[in-house]
This record gives sequence, structure tokens and C-alpha cells, in this order.
Amino acid sequence: MALLEVEHLKIYYFTRQGAVKAVDDISFTLDKDKTLGLIGESGCGKTTMVFALMRFVAPPGRIVAGKIIFEGRDILTISDKEMRRLRGPGIAMVFQSAQNALNPVMTVGKQIVEEILEHESVTKEEAWERARKQLELVGISGDRIKSYPHEFSGGMKQRVMIAIATACNPRLLILDEPVTGLDVIVQRQLLTLLSDLREELHLPIIFITHDLAVVAETCGEVAVMYAGKIVEQASTVSLYKEPAHPYSQALMKSYPSIKGKKGKLRSIPGAPPGLTNPPVGCRFHPRCPYVMDICRQEEPIFKQRDGRLVACHLIK
Amino acid sequence: MSTVRRRLTEAWGFFQLLLTHRMGVLGLSVFALFAIIALFAPFLHTVDPGKSGVVENILIPPNSQFWLGTDDLARDIWSQVIYGSRISLLIGFLATILTIFVGSLVGLISGFYGGKIEEVLMRITDFFMMLPQLPLMIVLAAVLGPSIWNIVFVVSIVSWPFAARIVRSQVLSLKERAFVEASRCIGASDSFLIFSEIMPNVVPLMFAEAVLIVTEAVYAEAVLSFLGLGDPTTVSWGMMLHFAFESGAMVKAPWWVVPPIVSIVVLILGFTFLGTAVSDVLKPGYKEKRGL
Amino acid sequence: MPLKGFAGFATRKALAAVTTIFAIICLNFLIFRLLPGDPIRMMFRDPRVSAEQLQLMTEKFGLDKPLWGQFLAYLQALFQGDLGISFWQKRAVLEVIADRIPQTLLLVVTALTIAIILGILLGAISGWKSGTRLDTFILTASLSMYSIPAFSLGIILMLIFAFYLSIFPLGGISTPASGFTGLGYWRDVLWHMFLPTISIVFWYIGEYVLLTRSSMLDTLDQDYITTARAKGLKEFAILRNHALRNALLPVVTATGINLAFAVAGIIEVETVFSWPGIGRLVYDAVMKRDYPLLQGTFLVFAVAVVLANLVVDLIYGFIDPRIKVGKAE
Repeated sequence: MALLEVEHLKIYYFTRQGAVKAVDDISFTLDKDKTLGLIGESGCGKTTMVFALMRFVAPPGRIVAGKIIFEGRDILTISDKEMRRLRGPGIAMVFQSAQNALNPVMTVGKQIVEEILEHESVTKEEAWERARKQLELVGISGDRIKSYPHEFSGGMKQRVMIAIATACNPRLLILDEPVTGLDVIVQRQLLTLLSDLREELHLPIIFITHDLAVVAETCGEVAVMYAGKIVEQASTVSLYKEPAHPYSQALMKSYPSIKGKKGKLRSIPGAPPGLTNPPVGCRFHPRCPYVMDICRQEEPIFKQRDGRLVACHLIK
Repeated sequence: MSTVRRRLTEAWGFFQLLLTHRMGVLGLSVFALFAIIALFAPFLHTVDPGKSGVVENILIPPNSQFWLGTDDLARDIWSQVIYGSRISLLIGFLATILTIFVGSLVGLISGFYGGKIEEVLMRITDFFMMLPQLPLMIVLAAVLGPSIWNIVFVVSIVSWPFAARIVRSQVLSLKERAFVEASRCIGASDSFLIFSEIMPNVVPLMFAEAVLIVTEAVYAEAVLSFLGLGDPTTVSWGMMLHFAFESGAMVKAPWWVVPPIVSIVVLILGFTFLGTAVSDVLKPGYKEKRGL
Repeated sequence: MPLKGFAGFATRKALAAVTTIFAIICLNFLIFRLLPGDPIRMMFRDPRVSAEQLQLMTEKFGLDKPLWGQFLAYLQALFQGDLGISFWQKRAVLEVIADRIPQTLLLVVTALTIAIILGILLGAISGWKSGTRLDTFILTASLSMYSIPAFSLGIILMLIFAFYLSIFPLGGISTPASGFTGLGYWRDVLWHMFLPTISIVFWYIGEYVLLTRSSMLDTLDQDYITTARAKGLKEFAILRNHALRNALLPVVTATGINLAFAVAGIIEVETVFSWPGIGRLVYDAVMKRDYPLLQGTFLVFAVAVVLANLVVDLIYGFIDPRIKVGKAE
């Protein structure tokens, strides 16, 4: 049984200009022990998508349709209390910009301890001991347990965030651009830490990023998002070798590769569409070099090809 | 010419935006009401507000002749309230102009030039912010003597630091913006930068502050007059309260104190609403939030 | 060296307070010397001042000396606790003021404590439940209260509850010649205190509601609140441990400026209810044109505000770990 199944999920933001379709009919599944990368340009709905997994969508946003089945239960229908209990030990999340993600007036130790105490019946001493171990797990000395967030550097704060997220041994970990905004060396260290943790804890991970290199390194499978939709889902290796969707191809060309042939970097012409009135038919058609008549009229459906899913009229 | 027109269009757009805010509409209505009363006071009053009446008319409750009754010198309360609005609005606007002028000057200079000048000016600003406003106003008003102009001066003395702080922080953030940098790179003079690039962007914030200074001024007139520092020869809401309180007749004649209190509160409340609306409207993302 | 950050912070703040107090002394001196109407002329306005007293004053303040000499004389007198003689009471100003301090403290501490605690609570609720009817109600009520000058509020409460309903006394601190002692006396004082306290609380509470509410709204937008939610904490724990604790920091900072503002309410309410404190003394000094007394009250209020500010700053330094612990790296 799949760990997570997202079925026809639609999340709209209701504004006076109309509904912004941030996530429009998205489906995917994630098996135990797998790592899924979610890539796409900023504003394509990636973050809205994973916020829904934590049931964090707040007005004016609303989940208008679909199911999110986690371990066999649709988390969109369970009670608030059950959802709250799921956050932490069930699904945990590391947010973008760790700079403000930690409470500035609470020691990092306390921020780990309060989560453990909330979900598990352990004594305070045990919780503090666990917190210390968590810090050591992410490469921070246990002696810093009484330190405040402002005493840490950006990379270390993100390590603390990871320590918090993994404190209750979650069954699914979501990482939302966890290394964005940090300098390259720190990024590298964090990515190494994350892969080590994945090996060690056998954690299923959903990794959101706009950085192709990060995906290549950490994920077995990738879903490419464009304008609120998944356009292609494939194993990382095959996507990199041979992207099928024109958008995936364009994305690959716009990114430098260290290995392999030197090629010219190309930016994708045009801009991502507004999500209030997305283009009719295929949403990528205004920017697509292979555009056909049918692309302007009919929305492509997912087609299976060589073990991957692609939504494009070119695929027969 | 085109800049003037553009500014006017912007101002009109801002005004229309204000009308989408409930508190903005309320505040503007209150302001309009008092402005009309103050402008047309000579047509609205029934008896000369300063004139004492005959002994039989002392402290009589509201009736058809004296709509809001009379005070202990048989003066008509309604007429006093009508004329009082002139004093409050006059002090309000003069004090606001003076405060904004001084505050912006200090804020602009310290924000723009920085360094030692800024440090000295901000020390002075902080010092004045920390002084208890009312005692300072009382002391100054007592030393300077009773007059409307002194109240205007005194209100400005206690209010300018707040305006200066706001303007300075705005200037500091504007200074770093690309368009100011760009003008500087092509060799624009300081005065050009201040008046053409920075000032227009500070004006909306000053407007929000100005609305609040009006409330300060109306309050200051009322409280200083109430405490016996007003000009006994002018008819104002504060003076009415002072006489009512001093004479001890206040409790016997609520019609003497309720009208000026209601006027003061409604006027201050109106401007407070307006100020809240203005700062809400000025917040980035207001239009989006309202879906405009 | 965990205290280093805080000790440095405290020293800086204390030095700043001393400088401010000195500046206040200078200002106090200047206002009464430089502005139109020199002290002698001002005193002549009061017919009760005898030529002898005037001579005494002139000598005491060295008014025949140049300004610099006058200032030194003023400073010297000040350090000896000499604030001059009150014309009205014919006593040392310091003595007159000292007699009033306990009554003012009793009223102020009671009223401000109630107002601040209630204001923070209501503001936090309002911010937490923002957009609901409860929030709109609290917000509108606070804006309205905040707009009513304290003395008007006092007059209205006095008319209703003291005059028409006769539930509370019209003014003063105790029933004259009642012969109450012990507990009876304190009950009488509490009964007299009720309306003045309520007036200050009503007037002052709005400030804190608005302050806490907007600070709360800012805090709730912060990423660490989302983090707290993602940890699966209960709503109340998020409110108490994450939102409120951070939202209170700017509220504590603003308390400094607000204390200067609170003095206005004290003067107004004490005046309306004839409460025998320093606030009422200001009114009496104005009415009697007793300038030395007025000067004294200004000095006392200003210095009290600076000292209270210092205390607030130190409390802030203690509760914000960014100051207490300082930057380690």
C-alpha cells in the first residue's frame, strides 16, 4: 500500500478577481522508503501543495476537491484533533527560511522538548535527553541545548529545524526548499546530512525545490510542476537523461550541468501564466516550441510511457 | 504640469480608496460635519455665544429658545458649542501644519544626511518623546500665558518628535531604493533628491500622522482649557468644561458639560477612525486584500 | 560570561537615564528663565507675594547674577533638595510634593496594573481571533475609549455614579471627619478610589488593547508560529508559549513611551475627583499661579517617567534573550 496518495487535489485562493487555481487537479503517490522531488518555478503551487499535506491551507485559500490519503486515511476528513496528532509524529515539515522559523525567545532544546512532550508520554528528563540526542544527530553539540536561536548561524538553525522535524520519528518528512538562501558550502553540508538521515531513519521524504541539482542528488523520483499542475513524473535518472515534457526539457536546458557536454544555457521564453485565468488547453502552450492546434483547445491527460507519466499531446 | 496632474490623480485615487474603508467613511463624515458647522457657525447659532443673558436665564435646562440650555452666566450652550468647533478645528489644523513642518524637516535632514547630524537630532527627538507630554504642555502654557497661538505652539512642541521619527525611518528606507541610487548616480543634487524623489514618497505617511495630530490638538485645547490654561475670552469646548467644573454647577446642570464632551469625543473619534483608515489603506497589499 | 550582554546593556541604559534627567533639569531651568515673563515678573502677577519674599527669591535663585551663575545656583539648590517655596502653601515645594506622592502612587499603580493586564488580555484575544465579531467589538470599543479624554470620562462617570446614582462619593480620598480607623478607613479609601481608578483604566486600556492586538497580528504571521503548528502543539500552547511571549516584547518596549502618556490621565482624573495627589497639585498650582510648585511637579513627573522607563528597559533586557544572552558568535 502506498504511504501517501494524493487524488485530484484542487486548491483555489478565492479573491475578488476570481479563483486563483494554485493547485489544479494534482494526483501522485508516494511509497514507503521513497523520496519524491517536487520541482518547478516559483509560484507554480509547490508550497501550496505541501501545505495542504499538513492541512495548513487557510482562507482565502480552500481545498475545493480531492483526497489526501495518508496511511489509508483521508486527512482532509479527519477531525482537527486527529490532524494535530498527526503533525509531528505522522507528517513533519521543514520550512523555507529557517531564519524566522524558530521562536526567538525559547531555547532550541525547549523547542524540541515541547514537541516530544506533546506527542509522547515520557518524563521531562527523558524528553530533554532525546532533544540532546536530536541535536547531536544533526551535528550540533548537545551542550548547545540551552542556546537561543540567535546564537546560531543560518545553516545551524536549519539543522535545528531538521532536528525538530525528526524529533518524533515522523512517517513522512516534507522539506520545503530547505537549503535555499544558504551559502553553497552550507547547502552541501545540509544535503549530506539529509541523505545520511534518510539512510539512517528510512524516512520517506517529499523534497520541494526549484534547484535541479538538489533534486538530482537527493531524490529517486521527480514530479515537475507547472502552473498548478504536475506535467511529468519520472525517476530522476530517466528525467535527467531524457525529459519527455517540453517544459521539463526547457527546464533542463536552463540549468548548467557539471558533468556531460557543455551546452548553451537557454532561458524559457515568456513568463509563467497567471493562475486566475490559466491558458485554455495545455497550460504550457504559449511558451511551448512544439505547440500544435490541439494544445490550445484540449487539456492533455497523463499518459504512461517507459514507466513515467507525462501530460502532453506530443506523447502518443 | 504633468506632475501636478499626476499627483492630483494619485490623491483622488487615495481618496476613493479611503471610501472603501468603513472607518474612513465614518471619519470623513465626522470631519465634514464639523467643518460645515464651523464654516456656517454665524448662521447656525441662535444667540451670541459670548453674551451674558438676563438673570432669569441662568442655568436653565434645554428648551425651545435655548436648545441646549444655558450656563451660569445665562449664555446659550448651543451657540457656544457651535463656535467651539471653530476653535478646535483651527487649533487642530494650525498645530498639524507646524508639527508636520518641524517633524518632516528634522526627519528628512537626519534621515538623509545621517552621521553626526542624525545622531544629535535623534537624541533631541528621543528626549522630547520621553518627556510627559501633558505636564510639559501645562508648564509651557502657564509660562507663555493663555492664548490660542500658545496652545498651537505647545501642541507642536510635544508632537513633532513622533512625526520626525516616522519621516526619518521612511527616508532611511527610501534612500536605499534603486530610484534614489539611480538619481544620485546621474549626479542629482541633494535638494533635488529630497524634494523630487524622497518627499513625494513621504507625503502619504505624513498624512496619516497629520490626522492623528489633529486629535492630539483637539484634546490639548480641551484639557489645557479645562485645567485653566485657556484663553477666558474665547469660546471653546475646553473653556466651557472649565467654567462648568470651576463653578461647581456641573453636577446640577449636565446639559452644560455633556454637549462639549460629546463634541470633543466625536471629533477625536472621527479623526482616530480616519487615521486608522489612512494607515490601513497605506499598508502594502491593502488593495489586494480587498480585492480591488 | 552569560551576563556580559545584559550588564553592558543595563549600564548603557542607566547612563542614558542619567543624561536624560540632567537634560530635564536644564529644560526645567530654561523654561522658567528664558521664555517671556521672567520669574520676577511672573511672581509679581500674584498679589499675595510680598516684597520680602520676592527679595528672598531673587537672592536664592541668584536672579541678579548672569544666566550661567543662576543655573549653578539652581543646580546647587536642587542637589540639596531645595525646589523653592510654594507661594500658595507657604512651604517648601519638595515637602508639598512629598506629601502627595503616596496617594498618587496608590491610584496609579492600581489603575495602570489593571489597565495593562486587562488590555494585554483583550488585545491578545482580539488578535488571536482577528476578523471575528468579538475582534471587531473589542477593536471598536478600544478605539472609542482611547479617544475619550480621561477628564471627560471622569466627569461622565462622576455625573452618573456619584451624582445621579449616589453609589460613589463625588471626590476626595476619604470621608472627612468620619473617624474611620484601620480596616474601615481602607474600605472608605477603596470606595473613594473606585471611580478615579475606573476612569484611568477605561481611558488607558485601549492603548494596550490596540498595541497588543497589532503586535499579536504581526507575530501570528511569523514562520515560527507555523513551525509550532507543524509540531502538532495544542492551540492554547501555541498562543501562550509562542505567540504571546513574542507579541509582548514590543508591548513592553512601548510601555516606556506610554508611561509619559499615562501622566496626562493622572493629572486629569485627580483633578476631576479632587484626589489629593500630585496630579491635582498641578491643577492647583496652575489655578494659584504658583510657579515654583508647577516647576517642581514637572520635574517630579519627568524624572519619574525616566526612572520608570529605565525599569521597563531593564525588564525588557531580561526577558528578551537576544539582549540577555547577547550574540555568542
